[in-house]
Amino acid sequence: MTTLLEMQSITKEFPGVKALDQVNLAVKSGEIHAICGENGAGKSTLMKVLSGVYPAGSYDGEIHYEGALAEFRGIRDSEERGIIIIHQELALVPQLSIAENIFLGNETARAGVIDWHEANHRTEALLLKVGLKESPTTLIDSLGVGKQQLVEIAKALSKDVKLLILDEPTAALQENDSKKLLDLMLELKAQGVTSIIISHKLNEVRYVADTVTVIRDGTSVSTLDAKQGLSEDQIVRDMVGRDMSDRYPDRDRRAGDVLMEVENWNVWHPQHLERQIIKDISMNVRAGEVVGIAGLMGSGRTELAMSIFGKSYGRNISGEVKLHGKTADVSRVDRAITAGLAYVTEDRKSLGLILDETIQFNTTLANLEGVSKRGVLNDNDETAVAEKYRAALRTRTPSVFQKVGNLSGGNQQKVVLAKWLNTDPEVLILDEPTRGIDVGAKYEIYAIINELSAQGKGVVMISSEMPELLGMCDRIYVMNEGAFVGEMPAAEASQERIMSLIVSEKE
Amino acid sequence: MTTESKTMSPPSEHGTGETKGLKSYLAAHMRDFGLLFALIAIMVFFQIVTGGTLMRPVNITNLFLQNSYIIIMALGMLIVIVSGHIDLSVGSVMGFVGALAAVLIVNEGLPVPVTVVLCLIVGGAIGAAQGYFVAIWRIPSFIVTLAGMLVFRGLSLWLLEGQSVGPFPKNFQILSTGFVPDIFPAAMGEGLAGLFGSRNFNVLSFSLGLIAAGAIIQMGLKKRARNAQYGIADEPTGLFWARTAIVSAAVILLMFKLSTFRGLPNVVVTMGVLILIYAFLTERTVIGRRIYALGGNEKAAKLSGIKTERLTFLAFVNMGVLAALAGLIFAARLNTATPKAGFSLELDVIAAVFIGGASMSGGSGKIIGAVVGAFIMGVMNNGMSIMGIGIDYQQVIKGLVLLAAVFFDVYNKNKQA
Repeated sequence: MTTLLEMQSITKEFPGVKALDQVNLAVKSGEIHAICGENGAGKSTLMKVLSGVYPAGSYDGEIHYEGALAEFRGIRDSEERGIIIIHQELALVPQLSIAENIFLGNETARAGVIDWHEANHRTEALLLKVGLKESPTTLIDSLGVGKQQLVEIAKALSKDVKLLILDEPTAALQENDSKKLLDLMLELKAQGVTSIIISHKLNEVRYVADTVTVIRDGTSVSTLDAKQGLSEDQIVRDMVGRDMSDRYPDRDRRAGDVLMEVENWNVWHPQHLERQIIKDISMNVRAGEVVGIAGLMGSGRTELAMSIFGKSYGRNISGEVKLHGKTADVSRVDRAITAGLAYVTEDRKSLGLILDETIQFNTTLANLEGVSKRGVLNDNDETAVAEKYRAALRTRTPSVFQKVGNLSGGNQQKVVLAKWLNTDPEVLILDEPTRGIDVGAKYEIYAIINELSAQGKGVVMISSEMPELLGMCDRIYVMNEGAFVGEMPAAEASQERIMSLIVSEKE
Repeated sequence: MTTESKTMSPPSEHGTGETKGLKSYLAAHMRDFGLLFALIAIMVFFQIVTGGTLMRPVNITNLFLQNSYIIIMALGMLIVIVSGHIDLSVGSVMGFVGALAAVLIVNEGLPVPVTVVLCLIVGGAIGAAQGYFVAIWRIPSFIVTLAGMLVFRGLSLWLLEGQSVGPFPKNFQILSTGFVPDIFPAAMGEGLAGLFGSRNFNVLSFSLGLIAAGAIIQMGLKKRARNAQYGIADEPTGLFWARTAIVSAAVILLMFKLSTFRGLPNVVVTMGVLILIYAFLTERTVIGRRIYALGGNEKAAKLSGIKTERLTFLAFVNMGVLAALAGLIFAARLNTATPKAGFSLELDVIAAVFIGGASMSGGSGKIIGAVVGAFIMGVMNNGMSIMGIGIDYQQVIKGLVLLAAVFFDVYNKNKQA
C-alpha cells in the first residue's frame, strides 16, 4: 500500500498555547485510520491544519499528499484535492432539500440556471450508494441525525472524495445508526476511499480501523497497527498518559451531611421529543464536598445541570431535587436560586455575563434584592458588594466600573463566580469552570472552590479535563450518553478507570 | 473605554494633566456631549436663519405642544428598544385611541375622566396583546407590531367611519392646550412683566425654572461627590461647570420665555413628570436594571433568575399605555380625531430614540438621550417649517440626520475598540 497522506512534525501555536507539537501522521491509501485522544488533545486542530482552515505558513511542518508537498490555503484548496471533512456539528441547511444541500456551492448549473432534473438524478445515485432510502426533494429538517450524517457522506461522495475525514461521526447517533455508518465506511473502503475517523468509542475504532494514532497534549504518542491486535487498555493508557503534577491546592477533605439529592431525574430533548437526554440519574452532594461529573462532550453533563437549575433545558422533566432532605422547588430559575442553587455556565460569554456592562452590574445581577429597598437600587450598597467580591476573589481590574468585556477570561470567570456567591447559595454547580483560562488563573479558581467547600457549601464540578477532576474532587460520577455509568471516590479513581467506563459501551 | 481606565489610576486626584484629562474624557463621552451640542447647534442655527422666530415665546410653547406626544411615546419606545425589541404600531395605536376618545365623548357623551381612564386601559390592553405574542410565542416584535400597525390603522378608519369627529368639550382640550394658572399674586407678575418689557409674566413657571436649574446643579454635585469617593473617572472640573451652566441656563431661558407668554402648558408638566419617573425607573430601580440586562444578554439574564418573558410583556403594556396617553393629548390638541392621526409617527418616535443613542441590538440607551433626540427632531421640524422648506426636503434632511447620528455612534465605538 502506498502512503496517501503524510503529516510531518506539525507544530501549531496560538498566542500562549502550543496546540500541536511535532505531530506525525501517516495515512496509507485505502485504509481506515483512527485518531484517538481526549478532548483538547489537539485532534480537531490537526484536522484544521490538514484541511487548510489554518493555511499553509501558519504552522510548522510539512504535509505530503499524493506524493507531493501540499500547501492548502483554505478549505477550497483541500476540497479540490479530494480531502473532505464531516464535522461533528453537521453543516447542512435544514430548510433545503437533500439534493439542494448536496450540490450547495457546487450547483449543477449552466449560466447560473440550475438543472434540477440532473441534480435530483445524481442525488438518487448518491443516496443509493450510502444506502439512504429518501427522495432527493426531502427536506433535511425532517431527517434524523443518523440520516443527516449519511447525506453529508453523500455530499462528500459527490465531490469525488479521496480522503474522507469523519469527526466523531457517531457521537449523536443511536447504536443501530452507528453500526450502519461504520458498515458504510467499510463499504467505501472496499470501493477505494481512504478515511480518517476521530472517535472516543474504542469498540467502534476496533471495528473499523486498520491503524490507530493516539494524540495526547498536542503530540502524537503512538501508532498502532490493527494486524498486531488493538488492545483497548493500551489505547486508553496512551490517551490519558501518566503524569499528574501538583497543580491543585490542598484542601481539608471532610464531607458533612447530605445537602442536595437528585432522584430519578429524566429529561427529554426540547425539540426532538423522542430523544431522552438524561436517563434516570440519581446523585447526592454532601456539605463541604466537591463532587465531579466526568464524561465526554455531548454526554449530557451540561443538560443535566441546566435542567436541575430552574428547568433551563429540556422538556418533560421528571424526578426530584431535595435540599436538606426536603423537596426543593426548582421549577424556575428564580426559585432554584431561592432554594439555594447556583449554576456557573459552561459558556461564560454568551450565557454567564452581560459583556457590555460593568463588573458591578454583573456582580449584583442575580441578587438585586440584596442591594435595593422597595425596588429602588442603592448605588453605594452595589459598589460595596462588587468591591467585596473583587477583593475576595482577587479580580484584577482597575475598578468595578470596568466593562467585563474588557477583562481576561480568568477575571471574567471570577465575576461570574462573584455573581453567584452573592446569591449565597448552598450548592454551586460549576460547568467547565476553568475552560479557556490560563494556568495561573486556574489555580486561583481551584483555591476559590476549596474555600467554598471549607465554608460547608456543596460543589458539583463538571469538567472535560480529567486530571482536574481527580485533583479537585472527593467523589466522581462518570456520565455517558445521558446516564451515570459509574461512581467512585476520587482516591480510587484514575483516568484509565474513568475512560474505560466511558468507552466500554454498555450491554 | 481604554482611555477611561488610564485616567483612572490616581483616584480622586484632579488637577494633574487637566487638559489631557479633558481630551480623553470628551473622547470617551463623545456621544453624550455630541448630542447636547448638536441640539444647541441646531437651535442656534434655526434661531439665526428664522430671524429669531424659533425662540419667540409663542413658538417655544408651540414646540412643546407639537412634540409632547412624540416625547411621551419615546419614553416607552426607549424601554422597548432597550429590551431588544421594536414597536411599529405606536402611531396607529395613538390614532386609534384618539378616535376612540372622540367617539366615546362626542358621539356617546361619556364623561371626560371616565373616557380618559378607559382609553388608557384600552392602550394597555393593546400593548398586552402584542406583548403576549412577542414574549410568550417569541414572534419577532417587528412582525407583531407591523401587524398591529395595520390592524389599528384600519380600526381607526372603521371607528370614525372615515370622518373626522370633533370638537371636544373644553375639559378635554385642556389636556393639551391648557396652562397651569399662576399661584403667585397677580401684582407680582405685572411688576415683573414691566421689568422685562413683556405683556404678561407667569411667576410660577419662571420660579419652577429656577428650581429645576438648582436641582440640576445639586444632583450633578452629588454624583460628583460619589464618583470622587469611589475613584471613578469623572469629568474635569471645568467641563462639569461649563456643561452644568449651559444646561441650567437653557432651562431658565426656556422657562423665562414660557413665562412671558401664557406660562406653563399642562402638557409640559405631564411630560416633565413622566420624564422624571422614567429616568428614575430606568436608572435607579431593580426593574429598570433588569430591562437593561434582558436587552444586553437575554440568555444570561434568564439564567440569573430574571423573568424575561414577563419583563418583555410589561415593556409592551407600558408602551401601549403611553401611546394611548399620546393619542389623547394629540386629539385634544387638534380638537378633533381624524382617521389620519398618528400616521407614520412611529417612525419619528423610533428615530428620536436612535438619535438619542440607543442601540438597535438592545441593552443600551438612556431616557434623557431619547428626550434630547426627540427635541432635535422637533426643533428641525419646527425650524424648517418656519423657513418654509417643503415637506419633501424636510423628510430627506431628517433621514440624513438620523443616519449621521447613528454613524457617529458606530464610528466612535470602532475608534475606541
